[in-house]
Amino acid sequence: MVTSVTSLGRNGLYDWLIQRVSAVVMGVYVIGLLGYLLAHPDLDYGTWAAFMGSLPMQIANTLLLFSVAAHTWVGLWTVTTDYLTRLALGGAATGVRLVAQALIGLLLLVYILWGLLMIWGGA
Amino acid sequence: MKVSIYRYNPDTDREPTMKEYEVDTQGKDLMVLDILALVKEQDESLSYRRSCREGVCGSDGMNINGKNGLACITPLSEVAPGVKEGKKPLVLRPLPGLPVIRDLVVDMGVFYEQYEKVQPYLQNQSPAPAIERLQSPEERAKLDGLYECILCACCSTSCPSFWWNPEKFLGPAALLQSYRFLADSRDDATEERLSRLDDPFSLFRCRGIMNCVSVCPKGLNPTRAIGHIRSMLLERGV
Repeated sequence: MVTSVTSLGRNGLYDWLIQRVSAVVMGVYVIGLLGYLLAHPDLDYGTWAAFMGSLPMQIANTLLLFSVAAHTWVGLWTVTTDYLTRLALGGAATGVRLVAQALIGLLLLVYILWGLLMIWGGA
Repeated sequence: MKVSIYRYNPDTDREPTMKEYEVDTQGKDLMVLDILALVKEQDESLSYRRSCREGVCGSDGMNINGKNGLACITPLSEVAPGVKEGKKPLVLRPLPGLPVIRDLVVDMGVFYEQYEKVQPYLQNQSPAPAIERLQSPEERAKLDGLYECILCACCSTSCPSFWWNPEKFLGPAALLQSYRFLADSRDDATEERLSRLDDPFSLFRCRGIMNCVSVCPKGLNPTRAIGHIRSMLLERGV
């Protein structure tokens, strides 16, 4: 068994499940939004802002935000552990991988905080 | 026909090269292994593994015009259009992703280590019956498509996940064998077996691209076996 402390759930099944559930959330959101846009061909800013500011959409947007972040982490974590390895980069691999994962993680954290501020900040 | 073969001797060569040979097949649809024998008559320094020459021992797995397969059961007509007719060269390389010992011979050490990790033998803690542990025909049928694997390594060495992480990802061959014992009604170590597979690498590094299925010379389906293990893990963990 391989131990990996930087994977999202420290467990393959958990990460696999998170990736699938988050994909479903994103899929449903995109289809729902497309449906809304098709149903409102003459959409103006006021209607759009009111729609996005409604409680159900605030919850949906929050779900989407966390889904995108989790999905991205699981996916990019896989990419970094596939390509930034000792086979490809030699002795520097662990350092490069750690920096890449830290940057991705921090960036996603910023996106989450920024996104939450946009959704719930009332601005 | 033209044959292009990967040549490398770590003791004398700085880097691998492709060497061209001209072979007369007399228009016959020979097996790739027969071509190698004809080349060997011209150049005795060529190294490759072979044994049973009928697709049972799994010794002569190699990369044939870009696709892994067993040289002994791959006729020229199946390699690629135009190869048998001599319009296109036959290109032979060692199995990708494993260290080359010499020419077409690779070091299978890491492949066997992954195989060893899945404990490919029956485990049963209950007292042995007087004669044998019986299976119903239905229970036995579950092992079809699993037990036939000959460990030629064509599948694992065609898998990018195995190329990138050969020490962490078990690879399709070992996972097929893992499921062979998980699916066996006589084996009662299911829990221990599953608990060794739920990390992010051992099994879950499989992205389901099915290269393993497309190259398996025995027509087996490791991706399906991996899917079954994933379902077992899901059932156990949710």
